[in-house]
Amino acid sequence: MFSANQVVDLLQELSFTHVVTIPDSTLGQWENDLKACESIDYVGVCREGEAWAVAAGLHLGGATPLVLIQCTGLFESGDSLRNALFDYRLPLFAMIGYRSFLNQSTLPGDTCLTFTEPILDAWGMDWALYDNAENTPEQLEAIAAQCLRCREADMPGVALVAEGRA
Amino acid sequence: MPLVESLNVLREIRGDDEAVLTVMGTAREWMALGELHPLDWIYVPSSMGQAPSLGLGMALAQPDKQIIVCNGDGCMLMNLGTLVTIANQAPSNYTLIIFDNGIYEITGGQPTPATSGESPLVDHPALARAAGFQQVFVFDRLDDWMESARDVIDAPGPTFVHLSIAPVPGAVGPRSPSPAPPRAVEFGKALQG
Repeated sequence: MFSANQVVDLLQELSFTHVVTIPDSTLGQWENDLKACESIDYVGVCREGEAWAVAAGLHLGGATPLVLIQCTGLFESGDSLRNALFDYRLPLFAMIGYRSFLNQSTLPGDTCLTFTEPILDAWGMDWALYDNAENTPEQLEAIAAQCLRCREADMPGVALVAEGRA
Repeated sequence: MPLVESLNVLREIRGDDEAVLTVMGTAREWMALGELHPLDWIYVPSSMGQAPSLGLGMALAQPDKQIIVCNGDGCMLMNLGTLVTIANQAPSNYTLIIFDNGIYEITGGQPTPATSGESPLVDHPALARAAGFQQVFVFDRLDDWMESARDVIDAPGPTFVHLSIAPVPGAVGPRSPSPAPPRAVEFGKALQG
């Protein structure tokens, strides 16, 4: 939905210092531009639970990390996310790809559509869905506004970004 | 070697600007050794397995501070991929010490899947080397660890250290020394200071 340039510009505007990530087929299209960005360090991890812990350490060290994962990784992340966001109340922000939301042709009946939103509700986080592929500038502005609102409130947040492919 | 003595070696040689992360049994004994340092991160409550990843983030954010992670073997097994992540990021200010007693100590001493009876089935240092760690040290005797600990910490990392530790019979889990969120704030200030 977003181009790599748009995402890099957004993350720079929001002063993120690190992107902690595992790519999927949508997020992976941003990888080269993220790695090329001099103001953002790219930290690839091996499983999504790691991403929250690495981001927690970065935050404690004074950096501003973004967790960038697919919703399947959100499912995998449970205990690590719980520890960082709720035990220690670290206000980490994440962009999470919402697999199959715009197009189920690859995985008809993808259960990501069943569980992603209820799980975000269960965690009680400030989350919002960005699914308007026809108006990306407005969507990017809305993500920025959400991120800044979470920072102001010192709370974690999730920008749930609709994806079209598995 | 005994857990308490092996940790005391670290406590004796630890520099004032070095952060020490402890978890599970190492956290319990580290707290018992005496007053905590502002750069002590008692990772209790924890997400089991995530201490090395947490320390990696700290090391990347604060490259001028040495980050020393004291992890158990059971915790390590829960997040082996982080060895690859750490080696890939290659922070020179990062030391990961595995206190290997072969069991899940605080749950009653059950052997980990890496142990059969009293025999280890898994070569942790070899795992670290295979993951890409260039600095790997192994210590079975307390005297050797005592003699080398400072040099090991000073070696350009990322560094992996394996200590063979005797189980502590009947050991219990650690308790959080104080509410976790304010501790995170205070530790963050110390780490960024």
